[in-house]
Amino acid sequence: MTGIVIVSHSWKIAEGVRDLALEMAAGYDDKIIAAGGLDDENKTIGTDAMKIMQAIIKANQAADNGGVVILADIGSGIMSAQTAIELLSESDDDNEKNINVKLADAPIVEGAVCAAVEAVGGGDLEAVLNAAESARGESKL
Amino acid sequence: MAVYECLSEISNKIIANKDFLTELDREIGDSDHGINLSRGFTAVLEKVSKDEQDMGVSLKKAGMTLLSTVGGASGPLYGTAFMEAAKVLTGKTELNAQDFLAALDAAIAGIQKRGKAVKGEKTMLDAIIPARDAYAEKINAGADLIAGLEAAVKAANDGVEYTKTIIATKGRASYLGERSIGHQDPGATSSTLTLEAILDYLKNK
Repeated sequence: MTGIVIVSHSWKIAEGVRDLALEMAAGYDDKIIAAGGLDDENKTIGTDAMKIMQAIIKANQAADNGGVVILADIGSGIMSAQTAIELLSESDDDNEKNINVKLADAPIVEGAVCAAVEAVGGGDLEAVLNAAESARGESKL
Repeated sequence: MAVYECLSEISNKIIANKDFLTELDREIGDSDHGINLSRGFTAVLEKVSKDEQDMGVSLKKAGMTLLSTVGGASGPLYGTAFMEAAKVLTGKTELNAQDFLAALDAAIAGIQKRGKAVKGEKTMLDAIIPARDAYAEKINAGADLIAGLEAAVKAANDGVEYTKTIIATKGRASYLGERSIGHQDPGATSSTLTLEAILDYLKNK
């Protein structure tokens, strides 16, 4: 199984994209995790590398250590996701260090939906990453 | 050396310049640089132990706090800079001129890794790379930490002036293209303030 983490500056966007993706991925509630905004209480706009790191750990556990694909929005969303990946790779905890995690080069909404469909169909990390990135060149009209 | 005192000098300087930094960012960015950094450095003062003597431990804590509380791109950039500097200073309790250079080099490498930027793109690197070079030249000629930092601060301020003359190609300001000319870069400004605060701390210690 593959987990998915949704990163956005906006708490609402991350939660909303997760809701949308879950419509296509019944039973994946614990494997698709939103990590949006700075804090859950005030929902301040921003991204938090530590929160993203915790989301990756949880999603990976729920996916039986199958790995995690991250979908992120712009600017610091990407930088914070990359920071989280690096923090895990430097972790003293072997379970965290060995998590297979990839940041998708994909639009966050379309990419998350494609990734969720592939994940619920049993796709492994590479397949889910490819599904997310296949959304990149999709023409809408 | 309790890095807390030095971090406190940095935090107070950033907080005192909150509106100024936000105003600079309003002109060519998303108007949040001063607000974000003030929030981050306020949290740093709450999280870093006043008594911790290991410079690496305090800087790592400061870096992790900035990653979690700044919110914008300056969070991962400043956070990574502090955490990379922490690696160089772990186990050390006194700052000497060579260690500061090594920490500065590690911080710059971290910022470049995170932001994938080079000098000349109207970013914080346009202040801190010239500052690093001026500092290295001074101390390699035998100057002490404070004299080296005085040269660094001067070069950083010149770097901020230089950012007024160039087009932004990184970050939110890059959407403005040529309209970014004439404005100084907020990140270059805040990183210069950081160096000034370190100098102020060392002078008054």
